[in-house]
Amino acid sequence: MTMRPLISVEGLAKRFPPPSGRGPATTVFEDVWLSIDKGEFVCLIGHSGCGKTTILNALAGLETPSDGVIVAAGQAVDGPSLDRAVIFQSHALMPWMSVLGNVAFAVKSRWHGWSRDKIRAHALRYIELVGLKGAEAKKPAQLSGGMKQRVGIARALSIEPKMLLMDEPFSALDALTRGTLQDEVVRICGETEQTVFMITHDIDEAILLADRIVLMTNGPGARIAEVVVNTLPKPRVRTELHRHPHYYRIRNHLLDFLVTRSKSFEREIAAGGYDPRRPPQVRPGEAEPALVASNPVIVSAKGGAR
Amino acid sequence: MNALRASPALKAGLISVLLLAALLGLWQIAATPRGGGPAVDPEYAKLVGKEAAGGQKSAMPTPVEVGRKLWEHVTDPFYVRGTNDQGIGIQLGWSIGRVLLGFTLAALLAIPLGFVIGMSPLVYRALDPFIQVLKPVSPLAWMPLALYTIKHSGTASIFVIFICSMWPMLINTAFGVMSVRKEWLNVARTLEVRPLRRAFTVVLPAAAPTIMIGMRISVGIAWLVIVAAEMLVGGTGIGYFVWNEWNNLSIANILTAILLIGLVGLVLDQALAWLTRLVTYPE
Repeated sequence: MTMRPLISVEGLAKRFPPPSGRGPATTVFEDVWLSIDKGEFVCLIGHSGCGKTTILNALAGLETPSDGVIVAAGQAVDGPSLDRAVIFQSHALMPWMSVLGNVAFAVKSRWHGWSRDKIRAHALRYIELVGLKGAEAKKPAQLSGGMKQRVGIARALSIEPKMLLMDEPFSALDALTRGTLQDEVVRICGETEQTVFMITHDIDEAILLADRIVLMTNGPGARIAEVVVNTLPKPRVRTELHRHPHYYRIRNHLLDFLVTRSKSFEREIAAGGYDPRRPPQVRPGEAEPALVASNPVIVSAKGGAR
Repeated sequence: MNALRASPALKAGLISVLLLAALLGLWQIAATPRGGGPAVDPEYAKLVGKEAAGGQKSAMPTPVEVGRKLWEHVTDPFYVRGTNDQGIGIQLGWSIGRVLLGFTLAALLAIPLGFVIGMSPLVYRALDPFIQVLKPVSPLAWMPLALYTIKHSGTASIFVIFICSMWPMLINTAFGVMSVRKEWLNVARTLEVRPLRRAFTVVLPAAAPTIMIGMRISVGIAWLVIVAAEMLVGGTGIGYFVWNEWNNLSIANILTAILLIGLVGLVLDQALAWLTRLVTYPE
């Protein structure tokens, strides 16, 4: 079955002109090709400076790429849209609005014609979904970091977007809060079958949440090195995950990439066989551990979409 | 012992009261006339009056005299006995009215204009030279121009208030709008909020504390300037009252007016401070 992907990133690049106005431009990343299917949870992992946030902002329509296009639901992205909600790293709540006010602001933006009561009821439903029932009258300053991010999630979900974009949403939180919120995201995404694109630094977070993990090489001149298919069965539970035989194979593969291969990927490209339009999809979870380090198993592009 | 353990506010209050008492005491001693001045030429004494010649009675009143004068004014603030002799309440009322009118007109222009300047870098750059040149001009320098064009002294002083309250509000509004956090604007963009709604629901509340600080500075400056403006144009107002009493050489009246000008300024400032607290949000 050849289904059109919900999101298709085609030949994306970001270049900055040199500071002095002369000389070659600095390329943050180039030739980035990626597609995301409906209902899929995709994580992007890479070191700082490889342009992860720029890719997410381009997907959100907040930033214009230097090259390439993004096609979302059959239409080229040329600006922000209510179809693609963003959860910001810094939660970005309006401090002068209450929890309810922040969520209702988004709901009203989505459905201009709704009555006050309808907006309120809708917003309250999502506040309850993220477990903040009873705190709707509080101002963001009265909430903990984790609760603020919950409001950010409620605000993003309340507009019922086709896609959710998350920029390291939990990186500012302590480990315990991060864990609980990750569980919430697993639950909510399971319930709503939300399509999600998320940036993270955290390997375990990626393994818990993502169906596919996109690995980027180091910038400048970053590219998508490969796409790791998460073969751990769903529903994935944080406390059970490490017992599955695939877990450490995937984890080691990711770690291995971040520690060594992300730097030296140029050599793998030079060795031939790398097509930026179809970065290799690997399934390290299914491979024998001995094989992973030296020779990743390469599987053909998913679904034969391109 | 108890005073030492008291709260800092109480201690500070106590020191303030002591300072006030010391100042009043020194003043009383300095201003009390002393007998036995130098010998005076009787011809001169006949010419200028005995007291003035002997220097026994200075024009500087004692605190008690000022207190008596203050009480007179406070108990009967609204009398009218001819154009040059009106109660201090009426004079203060004229000044407050002019300040509020000029200030309100300035706010009505400066806040929207500051909003546009803050939103548009183009407008900012285009208007910046004008603002930079006009801002440091003393508001009183506008007075002759205002008198010539408006041909009405009361309106001219309102115009001077208008001009001097413009700049802090304009600059603070522009700065507040310019420094709205980018992430809030990004939230509005991803929610496809229309520009007008964004201006009122995101930019205005975000910039409100900065705008209010500008308004507070403006009202302070306006209250400073009105006294000088009314001294120039005359007729009515607390500034005119001060100048009139200088001509009468009634230092007690002048000191009363100074105290009341200070108190009204304090009230205006605190009113704006209270409004600022209403729109300030903790982050």
